[in-house]
Amino acid sequence: MRVFPRIVPVADRAVLIELGGAVGPEVQAQVWALDRALRDDPVAGQVELVPAMVNLMLVFDPLVTDHAAVRAGVEGRVAALAEAVVDGAEREVLVCYDAPYAPDLTAVAEQAGLSSEAVIAAHLAGEYRVAMYGFAPGYAYLSGVAEAIRLPRKAAPVRGVAAGSVIIAGGQCLVTTLTMPTGWWVIGRSRTRILTGDEGRPFLFDVGDRVRFRRVTAAEMEGGA
Amino acid sequence: MMSRAILRVVEAGPLCSVQDGGRAGLMRFGVPGSGAMDRVALALANHAVGALPGAAAVEVSLGGMMLEVEEGALTLAVAGGGFVVEAAGERCGSWQRFTLREGDRLAIRRGPWGAWCCLAFAGRLEVEPWLGSAATHALSGLGGGQVTVGRRLVVQGARVLPPGPIACPVWARPRGEVAVVIGPQERFFGADRVEVLLGATFRLTDAYDRMGVRLRGPSLAPEAALAIPSEPVLRGAIQVAGDGVPAVLLADHQTTGGYPKIATLVGSELDGFAQLRPHAAVAFRAVRPDQAVAMARMRAAALARIMGR
Repeated sequence: MRVFPRIVPVADRAVLIELGGAVGPEVQAQVWALDRALRDDPVAGQVELVPAMVNLMLVFDPLVTDHAAVRAGVEGRVAALAEAVVDGAEREVLVCYDAPYAPDLTAVAEQAGLSSEAVIAAHLAGEYRVAMYGFAPGYAYLSGVAEAIRLPRKAAPVRGVAAGSVIIAGGQCLVTTLTMPTGWWVIGRSRTRILTGDEGRPFLFDVGDRVRFRRVTAAEMEGGA
Repeated sequence: MMSRAILRVVEAGPLCSVQDGGRAGLMRFGVPGSGAMDRVALALANHAVGALPGAAAVEVSLGGMMLEVEEGALTLAVAGGGFVVEAAGERCGSWQRFTLREGDRLAIRRGPWGAWCCLAFAGRLEVEPWLGSAATHALSGLGGGQVTVGRRLVVQGARVLPPGPIACPVWARPRGEVAVVIGPQERFFGADRVEVLLGATFRLTDAYDRMGVRLRGPSLAPEAALAIPSEPVLRGAIQVAGDGVPAVLLADHQTTGGYPKIATLVGSELDGFAQLRPHAAVAFRAVRPDQAVAMARMRAAALARIMGR
């Protein structure tokens, strides 16, 4: 019996479309492909799509359609899904690893058994993809952190971590948009705005985009060069 | 004649903010819909002053609020909950339309029932929208913003209308029994947990803000300690943390999360649920997805009848 896609009703106005049980590049690629297909060719009454790691949620207008009609529309699009992978646009994020912007760089280096420069090199070498957004506006979870610098979260969160911090935990990296507590490791700071302030494209990334980090000095970081 | 009114915030409890019908379509970027906790109250308050149902208004929490008119005259409406309202020295309650003139004060205080009310303006509340909406997202402060002491609320095109009551539909009352659709992650719970969810009485706790409210009651702990991948979240989801404590996610909820959701409130139940206060009792009743859709349509039709559309 084929388990996936599993299409589960959510309340009166959504379905959760599950494409796999465990996180992995193949399932993720299917999520992005279905997200693209449903954006290009929405089902009647579709209000929004929320892609995540192994599934996506389709929210619909219950005054216009219902779960059964949406399910049929989704199944049709899943069946027609090409093998083609979603390439994703490439986005660049500037990052400064200098003091005082990288308070945890030394601790990460110690735990990873690397020099600070090697941690930076490993971070810059990562092939990042925008896996999903969550937590707060503009919090884009990037997959692709190198094995060598994967650490569990800190035992307790640290308060007041500045907006723009580049933080890592496990296989994920993100650039914060709010000053908030976090238990992730702060290895740098970026002045690249994920919330762009541009009405036409208010968020720097879309899900599935590729992200490259480019190193800048503290002077460049502060000078706005 | 187009005119302007300015109201200064003299007192404001926590969690008072500018809200509107919310911003749909941006959850994929981590942005929840936000908007009024009680959308019925927002629509009816706005309707009473001739504004569009989703127009920007001020949402007042149990902490209450006091305003003073610094300039101009205008009509306002309060809908939602059973708050005590004192407008220019006249005591009334929620579900009223009244006029204030320069120097007049408006006090809104917690009353016999309800947790949130909406204050709507005959005119256009001047706010800086964010991503097409004035709704304030509490965690970031983005949107029309918190309404705190000293803030000046500017209403353009302020108008004066006759005073009068607003009919409060029975379904705008707090709901002690709310309909849910089981799932989407009920498979992580034993069947007995779903029975507990539907059989027990829970209470809201003080851990209550615009993001959600934690409940107190029997444990709904999932079958095993879980590391499920983060999944999209819908407003009204009942998510259960590893310790078995359920929480209902509300207007400013996180858009994805790794806790399993045992059930999700039907959309038309969210407004009445939001009018429950901390420590109030609540029970959950399961409906099928098609019944939930029928409920949404009935609610929309009932609201449309009141609004005369």
